Amino acid sequence: MPTVFHPTEAWKVWAVIAFVAAIAVAGEVLIASGMRDLGDLDRIRARVGLPGTIRAVLSSVKFVIGALCMAANFFSMLYALSIADLSLAGPAIASLTYIGNAIAAKFVLGERVDKRRWLATAFVAVGVVLLTR
Amino acid sequence: MTHRLKPSQYAVLIAIMLTASVGDSLLARGMAQVGPVDIHHLNLLWHALFNPFVDVGIVLLIGFFACYTTALSWADLSFVMPATAFGYVVIALLGKFWLHEQLSLSRWLGIALIVCAVGFVAGGPSRTEHPELDQMDAGAAR
Repeated sequence: MPTVFHPTEAWKVWAVIAFVAAIAVAGEVLIASGMRDLGDLDRIRARVGLPGTIRAVLSSVKFVIGALCMAANFFSMLYALSIADLSLAGPAIASLTYIGNAIAAKFVLGERVDKRRWLATAFVAVGVVLLTR
Repeated sequence: MTHRLKPSQYAVLIAIMLTASVGDSLLARGMAQVGPVDIHHLNLLWHALFNPFVDVGIVLLIGFFACYTTALSWADLSFVMPATAFGYVVIALLGKFWLHEQLSLSRWLGIALIVCAVGFVAGGPSRTEHPELDQMDAGAAR
């Protein structure tokens, strides 16, 4: 039987879902920005080897903060699942994260998100919801 | 410059799809054997580390994070994202052909949409040109 939320409770559930998605977007954008600043890791590895590459990645402040955001996302996801059904929270968080990532990629990272990528983002967001039904 | 990918870079994207989906599935299977963990029984997390499904799942998810980080160093976030979503398709198809689960019409539709999404971005450039950063990349190669 589907869970029926009181309006106040529904508001809280959606606020938590939005927070979990926002923290995932922040983490992914920070990691992407840190990696872009660092440059192609394959080339760095060819130059300084694997230990040097790992050191370079771990010395990126953006990467470290991004990874901490991803860890915070994991624990806040556990909290979200404790107050909402997996069938609601799982796809809702995934879809919002994909849409948020595309928006942040364009306006924060300055990526050229053309029609093709917007369409792909929309298809993924809807596809993830359909897959859980 | 269109930033087309090399075969080794496609291999990294395929590794992202497979490690995320198989790693999550193994972790879920392992944790189902361990049982529910709550705040009063956190010691169960220690026991979880001795479950082979959990161990292999953790190794695969570390591999996923390494591949994902590598991909973001030469491709846009909005290019790599659909590849991560393809993991959901892999899980659904594993369920269908390995565990013989029934896939509903909406699940097939979801699979079709994500496959189309991957096709859309795969046909385009992998990276937005940022002249200053591309120059830094070339410098790093020397």
